[in-house]
Amino acid sequence: MFDFLEDYDLLGAFWTTVQLAVLSAVGSLIWGTLLAAMRVGPVPLMRGFGTAYVNIVRNIPLTVIILFTSLGLNQTLGVSLGANDVETINFRLAVLGLILYTSSFVCEALRSGINTVPVGQAEAARAIGLSFNQVLGLIVLPQAFRSSVVPLANVLIALIKNTTVAAAIGVAEAAVLMKEMIENEAQLLLISAIIAFGFVVLTLPTGLFLGWVGKKVAVKR
Amino acid sequence: MSSVLYDAQGPRAKRRNVILTVVFLVALAALLWWVFGTLKDKGQLEWALWEPFFHTEAWSTYIWPGLQNTLKAAALAVIIAMPLGAVLGIARLSDHAWVRAPAAIVVEFFRSIPVLVLMIFGLALFAEYTNVSSDDRPLYAVVTGLVLYNASVLAEIVRAGILSLPKGQSEAAMAIGLRKGQLMRLILLPQAVTAMLPAIVSQLVVIVKDTALGGAVLTYSELLSSANTMSGYYGANIIASFTVVALIFIALNFALTSFAGWLERRLRRAKKSTGAVVGVNDAEVAGTTGTGPGGTV
Repeated sequence: MFDFLEDYDLLGAFWTTVQLAVLSAVGSLIWGTLLAAMRVGPVPLMRGFGTAYVNIVRNIPLTVIILFTSLGLNQTLGVSLGANDVETINFRLAVLGLILYTSSFVCEALRSGINTVPVGQAEAARAIGLSFNQVLGLIVLPQAFRSSVVPLANVLIALIKNTTVAAAIGVAEAAVLMKEMIENEAQLLLISAIIAFGFVVLTLPTGLFLGWVGKKVAVKR
Repeated sequence: MSSVLYDAQGPRAKRRNVILTVVFLVALAALLWWVFGTLKDKGQLEWALWEPFFHTEAWSTYIWPGLQNTLKAAALAVIIAMPLGAVLGIARLSDHAWVRAPAAIVVEFFRSIPVLVLMIFGLALFAEYTNVSSDDRPLYAVVTGLVLYNASVLAEIVRAGILSLPKGQSEAAMAIGLRKGQLMRLILLPQAVTAMLPAIVSQLVVIVKDTALGGAVLTYSELLSSANTMSGYYGANIIASFTVVALIFIALNFALTSFAGWLERRLRRAKKSTGAVVGVNDAEVAGTTGTGPGGTV
Protein backbone atom coordinates (compact mmCIF):
# COMPACT_ATOMS: atom_id res chain seq x y z
CA MET A 1 0.00 0.00 0.00
CA PHE A 2 2.78 2.42 0.88
CA ASP A 3 5.17 0.98 -1.73
CA PHE A 4 4.79 3.88 -4.15
CA LEU A 5 6.29 6.25 -1.60
CA GLU A 6 9.75 4.83 -2.37
CA ASP A 7 9.62 6.55 -5.75
CA TYR A 8 9.11 9.98 -4.22
CA ASP A 9 11.17 12.20 -1.97
CA LEU A 10 8.50 12.88 0.63
CA LEU A 11 10.89 13.95 3.38
CA GLY A 12 12.83 16.09 0.91
CA ALA A 13 9.67 17.94 -0.09
CA PHE A 14 8.70 18.62 3.52
CA TRP A 15 12.29 19.63 4.24
CA THR A 16 11.93 22.27 1.51
CA THR A 17 8.67 23.39 3.16
CA VAL A 18 10.45 23.70 6.51
CA GLN A 19 13.35 25.61 4.95
CA LEU A 20 10.96 28.02 3.24
CA ALA A 21 9.10 28.53 6.51
CA VAL A 22 12.17 29.05 8.70
CA LEU A 23 14.00 31.42 6.33
CA SER A 24 10.84 33.44 5.70
CA ALA A 25 10.01 33.51 9.40
CA VAL A 26 13.42 34.96 10.30
CA GLY A 27 13.30 37.44 7.42
CA SER A 28 9.77 38.63 8.09
CA LEU A 29 10.44 38.93 11.81
CA ILE A 30 13.30 41.33 11.05
CA TRP A 31 11.52 43.36 8.37
CA GLY A 32 8.23 43.24 10.29
CA THR A 33 9.90 44.54 13.47
CA LEU A 34 11.44 47.40 11.48
CA LEU A 35 8.03 48.20 9.99
CA ALA A 36 6.42 48.11 13.44
CA ALA A 37 9.15 50.43 14.77
CA MET A 38 8.40 52.84 11.92
CA ARG A 39 4.65 52.67 12.52
CA VAL A 40 4.82 53.47 16.22
CA GLY A 41 7.79 55.84 16.00
CA PRO A 42 7.76 59.64 16.22
CA VAL A 43 8.78 60.39 12.59
CA PRO A 44 5.63 61.17 10.53
CA LEU A 45 7.16 60.18 7.18
CA MET A 46 8.20 56.75 8.48
CA ARG A 47 4.78 56.27 10.09
CA GLY A 48 3.14 57.05 6.76
CA PHE A 49 5.44 54.65 4.92
CA GLY A 50 4.78 51.84 7.41
CA THR A 51 1.03 52.34 7.28
CA ALA A 52 1.00 52.47 3.47
CA TYR A 53 3.20 49.38 3.18
CA VAL A 54 1.05 47.30 5.53
CA ASN A 55 -2.26 48.37 4.00
CA ILE A 56 -1.08 47.75 0.44
CA VAL A 57 0.78 44.48 0.94
CA ARG A 58 -1.71 42.68 3.14
CA ASN A 59 -4.49 43.36 0.63
CA ILE A 60 -2.63 41.75 -2.28
CA PRO A 61 -3.02 37.95 -2.54
CA LEU A 62 0.24 36.17 -1.67
CA THR A 63 -0.13 34.27 -4.93
CA VAL A 64 0.05 37.51 -6.90
CA ILE A 65 3.19 38.56 -5.02
CA ILE A 66 4.97 35.24 -5.49
CA LEU A 67 4.05 34.93 -9.16
CA PHE A 68 5.24 38.51 -9.64
CA THR A 69 8.64 37.77 -8.09
CA SER A 70 9.10 35.08 -10.73
CA LEU A 71 7.43 36.54 -13.84
CA GLY A 72 8.09 40.20 -13.10
CA LEU A 73 11.26 40.50 -11.02
CA ASN A 74 13.12 37.53 -12.43
CA GLN A 75 11.98 36.99 -16.00
CA THR A 76 11.25 40.58 -16.97
CA LEU A 77 13.64 42.64 -14.87
CA GLY A 78 16.40 40.02 -14.57
CA VAL A 79 16.68 40.01 -10.77
CA SER A 80 18.22 36.67 -9.81
CA LEU A 81 19.20 37.25 -6.15
CA GLY A 82 22.73 35.97 -6.75
CA ALA A 83 21.77 32.46 -7.82
CA ASN A 84 22.49 30.75 -11.11
CA ASP A 85 20.26 27.70 -11.49
CA VAL A 86 16.49 27.96 -11.86
CA GLU A 87 15.71 25.95 -8.73
CA THR A 88 17.75 28.13 -6.38
CA ILE A 89 16.45 31.30 -8.01
CA ASN A 90 12.83 30.24 -7.59
CA PHE A 91 13.45 29.18 -4.00
CA ARG A 92 14.99 32.54 -3.13
CA LEU A 93 12.24 34.42 -4.96
CA ALA A 94 9.61 32.47 -3.01
CA VAL A 95 11.36 33.35 0.27
CA LEU A 96 11.50 37.00 -0.80
CA GLY A 97 7.78 36.99 -1.64
CA LEU A 98 6.87 35.29 1.64
CA ILE A 99 8.96 37.79 3.61
CA LEU A 100 7.44 40.83 1.87
CA TYR A 101 3.93 39.50 2.52
CA THR A 102 4.29 38.02 6.02
CA SER A 103 6.17 41.01 7.45
CA SER A 104 3.04 43.14 7.15
CA PHE A 105 1.25 40.70 9.46
CA VAL A 106 4.23 40.50 11.82
CA CYS A 107 4.12 44.30 12.02
CA GLU A 108 0.44 44.24 12.94
CA ALA A 109 0.96 41.49 15.53
CA LEU A 110 3.74 43.47 17.23
CA ARG A 111 1.71 46.67 17.09
CA SER A 112 -1.26 44.94 18.69
CA GLY A 113 1.13 43.87 21.46
CA ILE A 114 2.24 47.45 22.04
CA ASN A 115 -1.39 48.59 22.06
CA THR A 116 -2.21 46.22 24.93
CA VAL A 117 0.11 48.16 27.26
CA PRO A 118 -2.06 50.68 29.13
CA VAL A 119 -0.95 54.33 28.85
CA GLY A 120 -0.92 54.46 32.66
CA GLN A 121 2.16 52.20 32.70
CA ALA A 122 4.24 54.70 30.74
CA GLU A 123 2.77 57.63 32.67
CA ALA A 124 3.59 56.00 36.00
CA ALA A 125 7.11 55.23 34.76
CA ARG A 126 7.65 58.85 33.75
CA ALA A 127 6.19 60.05 37.03
CA ILE A 128 8.83 58.18 39.01
CA GLY A 129 11.48 59.84 36.87
CA LEU A 130 12.56 57.12 34.44
CA SER A 131 14.21 58.35 31.23
CA PHE A 132 12.78 57.65 27.79
CA ASN A 133 15.07 54.67 27.24
CA GLN A 134 14.17 53.26 30.64
CA VAL A 135 10.44 53.69 30.02
CA LEU A 136 10.76 51.83 26.75
CA GLY A 137 13.29 49.19 27.80
CA LEU A 138 12.09 48.43 31.32
CA ILE A 139 8.36 49.07 31.25
CA VAL A 140 6.67 49.15 27.85
CA LEU A 141 8.51 46.75 25.55
CA PRO A 142 8.81 43.83 28.00
CA GLN A 143 5.03 43.88 28.43
CA ALA A 144 4.43 44.38 24.71
CA PHE A 145 6.61 41.42 23.70
CA ARG A 146 4.86 39.15 26.15
CA SER A 147 1.44 39.82 24.72
CA SER A 148 2.73 39.55 21.12
CA VAL A 149 3.61 35.86 21.44
CA VAL A 150 0.16 34.48 20.60
CA PRO A 151 -0.53 36.75 17.60
CA LEU A 152 3.00 36.08 16.31
CA ALA A 153 2.45 32.33 16.69
CA ASN A 154 -0.68 32.63 14.56
CA VAL A 155 1.29 34.45 11.89
CA LEU A 156 3.96 31.72 11.98
CA ILE A 157 1.36 28.98 11.51
CA ALA A 158 -0.22 30.88 8.63
CA LEU A 159 3.28 31.24 7.15
CA ILE A 160 3.91 27.49 7.35
CA LYS A 161 0.67 26.90 5.45
CA ASN A 162 1.42 29.73 3.02
CA THR A 163 4.70 28.12 1.93
CA THR A 164 2.56 25.92 -0.35
CA VAL A 165 1.89 29.00 -2.48
CA ALA A 166 5.52 28.64 -3.66
CA ALA A 167 4.10 25.77 -5.73
CA ALA A 168 2.83 28.48 -8.10
CA ILE A 169 6.43 29.10 -9.25
CA GLY A 170 7.45 25.46 -9.07
CA VAL A 171 9.48 25.30 -5.85
CA ALA A 172 9.59 21.57 -5.10
CA GLU A 173 7.78 21.61 -1.75
CA ALA A 174 4.99 19.45 -0.35
CA ALA A 175 2.09 20.73 -2.51
CA VAL A 176 4.04 20.21 -5.74
CA LEU A 177 4.92 16.67 -4.66
CA MET A 178 1.28 16.04 -3.81
CA LYS A 179 0.18 17.16 -7.28
CA GLU A 180 2.84 14.98 -8.88
CA MET A 181 1.92 11.91 -6.82
CA ILE A 182 -1.81 12.34 -7.52
CA GLU A 183 -1.13 12.53 -11.24
CA ASN A 184 0.96 9.36 -11.27
CA GLU A 185 -0.62 7.11 -8.66
CA ALA A 186 -4.20 5.97 -8.17
CA GLN A 187 -4.14 6.53 -4.40
CA LEU A 188 -5.85 9.91 -4.05
CA LEU A 189 -7.16 9.53 -0.50
CA LEU A 190 -3.97 7.97 0.88
CA ILE A 191 -1.72 10.59 -0.74
CA SER A 192 -3.89 13.46 0.50
CA ALA A 193 -3.97 11.97 3.98
CA ILE A 194 -0.17 11.71 4.06
CA ILE A 195 0.35 15.32 2.94
CA ALA A 196 -2.37 16.57 5.30
CA PHE A 197 -0.75 14.62 8.14
CA GLY A 198 2.58 16.25 7.33
CA PHE A 199 1.10 19.72 7.69
CA VAL A 200 -0.78 18.78 10.86
CA VAL A 201 2.54 17.59 12.31
CA LEU A 202 4.17 20.91 11.38
CA THR A 203 1.40 23.27 12.51
CA LEU A 204 -0.39 21.63 15.44
CA PRO A 205 2.57 21.25 17.83
CA THR A 206 3.83 24.73 16.89
CA GLY A 207 0.42 26.17 17.72
CA LEU A 208 0.03 24.20 20.93
CA PHE A 209 3.55 24.98 22.15
CA LEU A 210 3.51 28.69 21.32
CA GLY A 211 -0.05 29.01 22.63
CA TRP A 212 1.17 27.53 25.92
CA VAL A 213 4.19 29.84 25.98
CA GLY A 214 1.94 32.79 25.16
CA LYS A 215 -0.39 32.01 28.04
CA LYS A 216 2.52 31.47 30.40
CA VAL A 217 4.24 34.77 29.67
CA ALA A 218 1.13 36.93 29.13
CA VAL A 219 0.70 39.83 31.52
CA LYS A 220 -2.43 39.20 33.59
CA ARG A 221 -4.68 42.24 33.52
CA MET B 1 1.69 63.41 18.43
CA SER B 2 2.56 61.42 21.49
CA SER B 3 1.86 57.84 22.45
CA VAL B 4 2.54 55.37 25.19
CA LEU B 5 6.03 55.02 23.71
CA TYR B 6 7.23 58.63 23.76
CA ASP B 7 6.59 62.09 25.20
CA ALA B 8 5.74 65.33 23.48
CA GLN B 9 8.97 66.29 21.76
CA GLY B 10 11.42 68.93 22.80
CA PRO B 11 13.85 70.80 20.54
CA ARG B 12 16.47 68.02 20.48
CA ALA B 13 13.96 65.31 19.58
CA LYS B 14 12.49 67.53 16.88
CA ARG B 15 15.91 68.09 15.33
CA ARG B 16 16.57 64.33 15.40
CA ASN B 17 13.23 63.70 13.71
CA VAL B 18 14.08 66.10 10.90
CA ILE B 19 17.41 64.33 10.32
CA LEU B 20 15.70 60.91 10.32
CA THR B 21 13.06 62.18 7.90
CA VAL B 22 15.70 63.45 5.47
CA VAL B 23 17.75 60.23 5.65
CA PHE B 24 14.63 58.13 5.12
CA LEU B 25 13.50 60.32 2.22
CA VAL B 26 16.88 59.92 0.53
CA ALA B 27 16.78 56.12 0.97
CA LEU B 28 13.24 55.98 -0.39
CA ALA B 29 14.15 58.15 -3.35
CA ALA B 30 17.20 55.97 -4.09
CA LEU B 31 14.99 52.88 -4.08
CA LEU B 32 12.43 54.48 -6.41
CA TRP B 33 15.25 55.71 -8.65
CA TRP B 34 16.61 52.16 -8.89
CA VAL B 35 13.17 50.70 -9.62
CA PHE B 36 12.43 53.22 -12.36
CA GLY B 37 15.93 52.84 -13.77
CA THR B 38 15.54 49.09 -14.05
CA LEU B 39 12.05 49.39 -15.52
CA LYS B 40 13.34 51.84 -18.10
CA ASP B 41 16.37 49.70 -18.98
CA LYS B 42 14.12 46.75 -19.64
CA GLY B 43 11.71 48.85 -21.68
CA GLN B 44 8.83 48.28 -19.29
CA LEU B 45 7.80 51.92 -19.23
CA GLU B 46 6.99 51.97 -22.96
CA TRP B 47 3.58 53.52 -23.41
CA ALA B 48 2.52 50.66 -25.71
CA LEU B 49 2.63 48.23 -22.77
CA TRP B 50 0.38 50.36 -20.57
CA GLU B 51 -1.92 51.74 -23.24
CA PRO B 52 -4.32 48.73 -23.45
CA PHE B 53 -5.55 49.45 -19.93
CA PHE B 54 -6.91 52.79 -21.05
CA HIS B 55 -9.17 51.13 -23.60
CA THR B 56 -12.35 49.24 -22.79
CA GLU B 57 -11.21 46.13 -24.69
CA ALA B 58 -8.78 44.97 -22.00
CA TRP B 59 -11.40 45.52 -19.32
CA SER B 60 -14.32 43.87 -21.07
CA THR B 61 -12.37 40.93 -22.55
CA TYR B 62 -9.96 40.05 -19.75
CA ILE B 63 -10.27 41.93 -16.50
CA TRP B 64 -14.04 42.00 -15.95
CA PRO B 65 -14.63 38.28 -16.74
CA GLY B 66 -11.67 37.43 -14.48
CA LEU B 67 -13.01 39.59 -11.68
CA GLN B 68 -16.45 38.03 -12.12
CA ASN B 69 -14.96 34.55 -11.70
CA THR B 70 -13.01 35.67 -8.63
CA LEU B 71 -16.17 37.09 -7.07
CA LYS B 72 -18.21 34.05 -8.08
CA ALA B 73 -15.85 31.60 -6.38
CA ALA B 74 -15.61 33.81 -3.29
CA ALA B 75 -19.39 34.27 -3.04
CA LEU B 76 -20.13 30.57 -3.49
CA ALA B 77 -17.52 29.72 -0.87
CA VAL B 78 -18.99 32.12 1.68
CA ILE B 79 -22.59 31.04 1.06
CA ILE B 80 -21.74 27.36 1.51
CA ALA B 81 -19.22 27.81 4.32
CA MET B 82 -21.40 30.04 6.49
CA PRO B 83 -24.08 27.49 7.50
CA LEU B 84 -21.45 24.75 7.80
CA GLY B 85 -19.37 26.99 10.04
CA ALA B 86 -22.39 27.87 12.16
CA VAL B 87 -23.24 24.19 12.67
CA LEU B 88 -19.64 23.29 13.55
CA GLY B 89 -19.27 26.29 15.84
CA ILE B 90 -22.45 25.51 17.76
CA ALA B 91 -21.54 21.81 17.88
CA ARG B 92 -18.25 22.74 19.57
CA LEU B 93 -20.25 24.38 22.36
CA SER B 94 -22.50 21.38 22.88
CA ASP B 95 -22.98 19.90 26.33
CA HIS B 96 -22.44 16.41 24.93
CA ALA B 97 -18.85 15.29 24.53
CA TRP B 98 -19.76 13.02 21.59
CA VAL B 99 -20.93 16.08 19.62
CA ARG B 100 -18.20 18.40 20.86
CA ALA B 101 -15.22 16.15 20.18
CA PRO B 102 -15.83 15.28 16.50
CA ALA B 103 -16.64 18.92 15.72
CA ALA B 104 -13.41 19.98 17.42
CA ILE B 105 -11.38 17.42 15.46
CA VAL B 106 -12.91 18.48 12.12
CA VAL B 107 -12.34 22.17 12.82
CA GLU B 108 -8.77 21.82 14.06
CA PHE B 109 -7.88 19.43 11.22
CA PHE B 110 -9.04 21.65 8.39
CA ARG B 111 -7.60 24.76 9.98
CA SER B 112 -4.16 23.22 10.07
CA ILE B 113 -4.01 22.27 6.38
CA PRO B 114 -3.11 24.75 3.61
CA VAL B 115 -6.00 25.77 1.36
CA LEU B 116 -3.92 24.86 -1.68
CA VAL B 117 -3.63 21.25 -0.52
CA LEU B 118 -7.42 21.13 -0.06
CA MET B 119 -7.91 22.60 -3.54
CA ILE B 120 -5.58 20.09 -5.20
CA PHE B 121 -7.40 17.33 -3.34
CA GLY B 122 -10.74 18.71 -4.54
CA LEU B 123 -9.60 18.83 -8.15
CA ALA B 124 -8.51 15.20 -8.13
CA LEU B 125 -11.59 14.17 -6.20
CA PHE B 126 -13.97 15.67 -8.76
CA ALA B 127 -11.95 14.19 -11.61
CA GLU B 128 -12.01 10.72 -10.15
CA TYR B 129 -15.36 10.25 -8.47
CA THR B 130 -17.79 12.61 -10.24
CA ASN B 131 -18.66 13.44 -13.82
CA VAL B 132 -18.27 17.22 -13.45
CA SER B 133 -16.97 18.40 -16.83
CA SER B 134 -13.31 19.32 -16.92
CA ASP B 135 -14.23 22.95 -17.65
CA ASP B 136 -16.15 23.27 -14.40
CA ARG B 137 -13.74 21.25 -12.29
CA PRO B 138 -11.38 24.11 -11.35
CA LEU B 139 -14.32 26.18 -10.01
CA TYR B 140 -15.64 23.20 -8.04
CA ALA B 141 -12.17 22.48 -6.65
CA VAL B 142 -11.50 26.10 -5.68
CA VAL B 143 -14.87 26.38 -3.93
CA THR B 144 -14.38 23.01 -2.18
CA GLY B 145 -10.99 24.03 -0.84
CA LEU B 146 -12.24 27.42 0.29
CA VAL B 147 -15.36 25.94 1.92
CA LEU B 148 -13.48 23.25 3.88
CA TYR B 149 -10.96 25.73 5.22
CA ASN B 150 -13.24 28.69 5.83
CA ALA B 151 -16.06 26.67 7.37
CA SER B 152 -13.66 25.71 10.15
CA VAL B 153 -12.44 29.29 10.55
CA LEU B 154 -16.03 30.57 10.58
CA ALA B 155 -16.83 27.90 13.17
CA GLU B 156 -14.24 29.46 15.45
CA ILE B 157 -15.68 32.92 14.78
CA VAL B 158 -19.19 31.70 15.63
CA ARG B 159 -17.92 30.09 18.80
CA ALA B 160 -16.05 33.23 19.79
CA GLY B 161 -19.17 35.27 19.02
CA ILE B 162 -21.35 33.18 21.31
CA LEU B 163 -18.71 33.08 24.05
CA SER B 164 -18.30 36.85 23.86
CA LEU B 165 -21.86 37.42 25.09
CA PRO B 166 -22.22 38.25 28.77
CA LYS B 167 -23.06 35.25 30.94
CA GLY B 168 -26.16 36.99 32.27
CA GLN B 169 -27.85 36.52 28.91
CA SER B 170 -27.98 32.72 29.14
CA GLU B 171 -28.58 32.79 32.90
CA ALA B 172 -31.60 35.06 32.45
CA ALA B 173 -32.89 32.90 29.59
CA MET B 174 -32.61 29.76 31.71
CA ALA B 175 -34.21 31.54 34.67
CA ILE B 176 -37.35 32.26 32.63
CA GLY B 177 -37.47 28.58 31.69
CA LEU B 178 -36.18 28.48 28.09
CA ARG B 179 -34.86 25.17 26.86
CA LYS B 180 -31.30 24.82 25.46
CA GLY B 181 -32.50 25.00 21.86
CA GLN B 182 -34.57 28.07 22.56
CA LEU B 183 -31.71 29.70 24.44
CA MET B 184 -29.44 29.25 21.43
CA ARG B 185 -32.04 30.17 18.81
CA LEU B 186 -33.80 33.07 20.51
CA ILE B 187 -31.19 34.62 22.76
CA LEU B 188 -27.58 33.77 21.88
CA LEU B 189 -27.49 33.44 18.08
CA PRO B 190 -29.26 36.71 17.19
CA GLN B 191 -26.87 38.66 19.39
CA ALA B 192 -23.84 36.65 18.34
CA VAL B 193 -24.51 37.31 14.64
CA THR B 194 -24.16 41.05 15.08
CA ALA B 195 -21.12 40.57 17.31
CA MET B 196 -19.47 38.41 14.63
CA LEU B 197 -20.08 40.65 11.64
CA PRO B 198 -16.70 42.45 11.63
CA ALA B 199 -14.80 39.17 11.88
CA ILE B 200 -16.88 37.60 9.09
CA VAL B 201 -16.36 40.56 6.76
CA SER B 202 -12.61 40.46 7.34
CA GLN B 203 -12.63 36.74 6.62
CA LEU B 204 -14.07 37.67 3.22
CA VAL B 205 -10.73 39.32 2.47
CA VAL B 206 -8.95 36.02 3.06
CA ILE B 207 -11.40 34.22 0.78
CA VAL B 208 -11.00 36.74 -2.05
CA LYS B 209 -7.22 36.53 -1.75
CA ASP B 210 -7.22 32.73 -1.75
CA THR B 211 -9.21 32.52 -4.99
CA ALA B 212 -6.00 33.68 -6.70
CA LEU B 213 -4.50 30.27 -5.87
CA GLY B 214 -7.08 28.72 -8.18
CA GLY B 215 -5.79 30.89 -11.01
CA ALA B 216 -2.13 30.14 -10.41
CA VAL B 217 -2.22 26.41 -9.71
CA LEU B 218 -5.61 24.99 -10.82
CA THR B 219 -6.14 26.77 -14.18
CA TYR B 220 -9.26 28.52 -12.87
CA SER B 221 -9.69 31.60 -15.06
CA GLU B 222 -9.95 34.32 -12.40
CA LEU B 223 -8.46 37.79 -12.13
CA LEU B 224 -4.82 36.74 -11.64
CA SER B 225 -4.82 34.33 -14.56
CA SER B 226 -6.35 37.08 -16.72
CA ALA B 227 -3.14 39.05 -16.05
CA ASN B 228 -1.16 36.21 -17.58
CA THR B 229 -3.46 36.00 -20.60
CA MET B 230 -3.27 39.74 -21.10
CA SER B 231 0.49 39.89 -21.03
CA GLY B 232 0.53 37.16 -23.65
CA TYR B 233 -1.90 39.05 -25.84
CA TYR B 234 -0.58 42.60 -25.44
CA GLY B 235 3.08 41.64 -25.81
CA ALA B 236 4.87 40.81 -22.56
CA ASN B 237 3.54 43.63 -20.41
CA ILE B 238 3.81 41.51 -17.25
CA ILE B 239 4.63 44.49 -15.04
CA ALA B 240 1.69 46.52 -16.34
CA SER B 241 -0.81 43.65 -16.13
CA PHE B 242 0.26 42.67 -12.62
CA THR B 243 0.09 46.29 -11.47
CA VAL B 244 -3.48 46.63 -12.72
CA VAL B 245 -4.57 43.31 -11.21
CA ALA B 246 -2.87 44.07 -7.89
CA LEU B 247 -4.57 47.48 -7.78
CA ILE B 248 -7.97 45.87 -8.28
CA PHE B 249 -7.29 43.37 -5.48
CA ILE B 250 -6.06 46.17 -3.21
CA ALA B 251 -9.14 48.32 -3.89
CA LEU B 252 -11.53 45.42 -3.32
CA ASN B 253 -9.86 44.16 -0.14
CA PHE B 254 -9.17 47.61 1.25
CA ALA B 255 -12.87 48.39 0.90
CA LEU B 256 -13.76 45.16 2.75
CA THR B 257 -11.16 45.79 5.49
CA SER B 258 -12.35 49.35 6.02
CA PHE B 259 -15.96 48.20 6.12
CA ALA B 260 -15.08 45.60 8.77
CA GLY B 261 -13.27 48.21 10.84
CA TRP B 262 -16.20 50.62 10.55
CA LEU B 263 -18.63 47.88 11.59
CA GLU B 264 -16.48 47.00 14.59
CA ARG B 265 -16.22 50.61 15.79
CA ARG B 266 -19.94 51.09 15.27
CA LEU B 267 -20.84 47.95 17.21
CA ARG B 268 -18.51 48.84 20.07
CA ARG B 269 -20.24 52.23 20.31
CA ALA B 270 -23.79 50.90 20.10
CA LYS B 271 -25.65 51.43 23.38
CA LYS B 272 -28.51 49.00 22.78
CA SER B 273 -26.37 45.89 22.43
CA THR B 274 -24.54 43.97 25.13
CA GLY B 275 -21.32 45.47 23.85
CA ALA B 276 -19.98 42.07 22.83
CA VAL B 277 -17.93 42.23 19.62
CA VAL B 278 -15.67 39.69 17.97
CA GLY B 279 -13.16 42.06 16.46
CA VAL B 280 -11.21 41.70 13.28
CA ASN B 281 -8.35 40.02 15.14
CA ASP B 282 -10.14 38.35 18.02
CA ALA B 283 -11.22 35.03 16.56
CA GLU B 284 -7.72 33.55 16.66
CA VAL B 285 -7.30 34.38 20.32
CA ALA B 286 -10.50 32.50 21.17
CA GLY B 287 -9.27 29.27 19.59
CA THR B 288 -8.62 26.79 22.36
CA THR B 289 -5.60 25.12 20.86
CA GLY B 290 -4.69 27.85 18.41
CA THR B 291 -4.01 25.73 15.37
CA GLY B 292 -4.23 28.58 12.97
CA PRO B 293 -5.31 32.09 12.41
CA GLY B 294 -8.87 33.21 12.09
CA GLY B 295 -7.34 36.54 11.24
CA THR B 296 -6.60 37.94 7.84
CA VAL B 297 -3.25 36.30 7.14
